Amino acid sequence: MIKADLPLSLEALKRGDRAEFARMVERYGAYIYRLALRILGNPQDAEDVLQETFLKAFRHLPSFDGRSSLATWLYRIATNEALMLLRKEKEGFVSLDEPNSDNEEDQEPLQIVDWCCLPEEMLMNAESKKMLEQAIARLSPALRVVVILRDLQGLSTRETSQILQISEEAVKTRLSRARLQLRQWLSEYFQKQYGLENLTQ
Amino acid sequence: MTAHRPSCREMLSALSEYLDGELASELCAAIEVHLAECKNCRIVVDTLRKTITLYHQYAEEEASLPQEVRYRLFKRLNLEDFLEGAG
Repeated sequence: MIKADLPLSLEALKRGDRAEFARMVERYGAYIYRLALRILGNPQDAEDVLQETFLKAFRHLPSFDGRSSLATWLYRIATNEALMLLRKEKEGFVSLDEPNSDNEEDQEPLQIVDWCCLPEEMLMNAESKKMLEQAIARLSPALRVVVILRDLQGLSTRETSQILQISEEAVKTRLSRARLQLRQWLSEYFQKQYGLENLTQ
Repeated sequence: MTAHRPSCREMLSALSEYLDGELASELCAAIEVHLAECKNCRIVVDTLRKTITLYHQYAEEEASLPQEVRYRLFKRLNLEDFLEGAG
């Protein structure tokens, strides 16, 4: 969950109070930047999204209807900006629809490698962290965005569904698929890295 | 494992919600009965739980907004006069 809002005055924000807007930027800037960086994997693109998000927010605040929290609204703008950039860079269509559940990844043999009790310094060293990052980047955008919002940004299922404008059930399904896929890749990595026994059948 | 194989696969899709504590109690009970008998599924559950934990830890460790990014953001928004103090 996003921590309790500072007492930002929505009224002041809506009438264009610069000091209040600066406090809002201070409050949410880091969250927005990290979100964009995780979706895009590139600091320059993340910075563009950060700036665009607040420029758009400033323009559209007068019409903000307050149906979601301010934070959720900002996250929504940022997520849309990031996905738009992703589409532009890929020069094509980045689908946010649920990937076909019959696709290859579901048919992979389930990795059965018992790495869960390895010491922390093996699981969270610099190389392992790099692999965690690469695994997120390997996910399809539809799954990546959900796991970033839920497990990395710490948002609730409801907040994630509001940001992506999909049902809570769809959030849960995608999160499940993303986590299982990440577990597969982590299992392959730790098995190879530390020569663990592989019981995969 | 071979005898349980279909139900192992079926169980997979419920594990994420199971670990989030969002699954109905009768389904949790069914999963726990299965887990008690199936070592491979216990490994899958434990490593899935650890996967989620590692990403939570990874997310917590990341730094806040870099100073130069913050500076350029405030400049772009014409808010330079608010740069001092916080941040």
